[in-house]
Amino acid sequence: MLTKRIIPCLDIKNGRCVKGVQFENIRDAGDPVELAKWYARQGADELVFLDITATNEGRKTFAELVRDIARHIDIPFTVGGGISSVADVEVLLQNGADKVSVNSSAIKNPALVAELAGHFGSQCVTVAIDTKYTQETGWKVYTRAGTIETAYKTVDWAKQVVELGAGEILLTSMNNDGTKAGFALDITGEVAKAVSVPVIASGGAGSMEHFADAFHVAHADAALAASLFHFRELEIPVLKAYLQDKGIAVRVNK
Amino acid sequence: MNLVIVDYKAGNVQSVQFALERLGVQATLSADAETIKAADKVIFPGVGQAAAAMAQLKARNLDKLLPTLEQPFFGVCLGMQLLCQHSEEGDTDLLNIIPLPVKHFDTELKVPHMGWNEIEQLQSPLFAGLQEKDYVYYVHSYYVPLSQYTIAQTYYPAPFSAALQYKNFYAAQFHPEKSGPAGSQILKNFLAL
Repeated sequence: MLTKRIIPCLDIKNGRCVKGVQFENIRDAGDPVELAKWYARQGADELVFLDITATNEGRKTFAELVRDIARHIDIPFTVGGGISSVADVEVLLQNGADKVSVNSSAIKNPALVAELAGHFGSQCVTVAIDTKYTQETGWKVYTRAGTIETAYKTVDWAKQVVELGAGEILLTSMNNDGTKAGFALDITGEVAKAVSVPVIASGGAGSMEHFADAFHVAHADAALAASLFHFRELEIPVLKAYLQDKGIAVRVNK
Repeated sequence: MNLVIVDYKAGNVQSVQFALERLGVQATLSADAETIKAADKVIFPGVGQAAAAMAQLKARNLDKLLPTLEQPFFGVCLGMQLLCQHSEEGDTDLLNIIPLPVKHFDTELKVPHMGWNEIEQLQSPLFAGLQEKDYVYYVHSYYVPLSQYTIAQTYYPAPFSAALQYKNFYAAQFHPEKSGPAGSQILKNFLAL
């Protein structure tokens, strides 16, 4: 049976791991390659690396880091941050990344999703969606690290990018991110129901129950967390044993 | 051992090379006919779209060469599908080494089939040291149905060919280079064939 995926996310700046809390207050959490190897041994199913470096110099460092990660780990990983062209993606895939995630650049130019899917196949194109709920607007899509509200309703945008060729959706609720109060089950469930591709729940993980809810209640295919894992507040083997006990299919080392 | 990875700009060439490096094996990347013919073993990776990959193979005359090879050969993911006859993906004629079709998943489940799933009914030295229902990593939207050449199967939700063998041509739909220790063992087993 296909298992639900547990995905630690690492934010990278100038080749080092950092973790944004509510997209601000960045803290250093270590060497990406060492952390990646440790997570692979712990039973992480995939990893996500987001480059939050803004400079060209930093981008080059990131491509080298991708190569270093690919050299050392034997599980799949997705890379994202600042990707805006076929050429950007080619460099990352050639260095050993398995998937790329695009966010603001897809909003700016939705045709990019179709272009990437055409060049590299849908299976390596993840569209990351930052979403925020307000009473006036409902769930809307935000861009530029969650700073700018777009015209898109979240479910509509998710359906649109899947039609364009996205192979996976990484859905982050800004309301929940950093709160440790649980994933946004309502919008995650709506998106998971609306699209035919896998959906990764992100933002708000604080306990093992939250992961079970993401899978059982929201029907997410994968769940992502960062600080919860980085600061070892929750260890993956413990989480997976819990999920297995709850009847959720997870990959447990035999 | 002279191990060659067929280099035709497939996305996961680097990952396959790194996985072999982790096993202490240096592989040569090549699209050159003489180099590939002279190899003791050949690995044929692949991700992406079938028609685009076939165009890359034809541009290098590899579509003529690969079917003639006689050494142990290992197609991975799209590299497995390309060995078959015809794909529903873009209505594409393939290398036609293994007389099997490639079909699109027709299911209520999510497509692509993405993540870790179990392999079972293991029937090949390729799986020495593995257990039934060990996990391997998949990401694909097209599949090869069960056949007399199936040497392992996976359910999604119906069973399909996780791996094939036809003469010297071995192939896996999953990604051994990304499948943790189980995947490494499979690569090691191929090298030992």
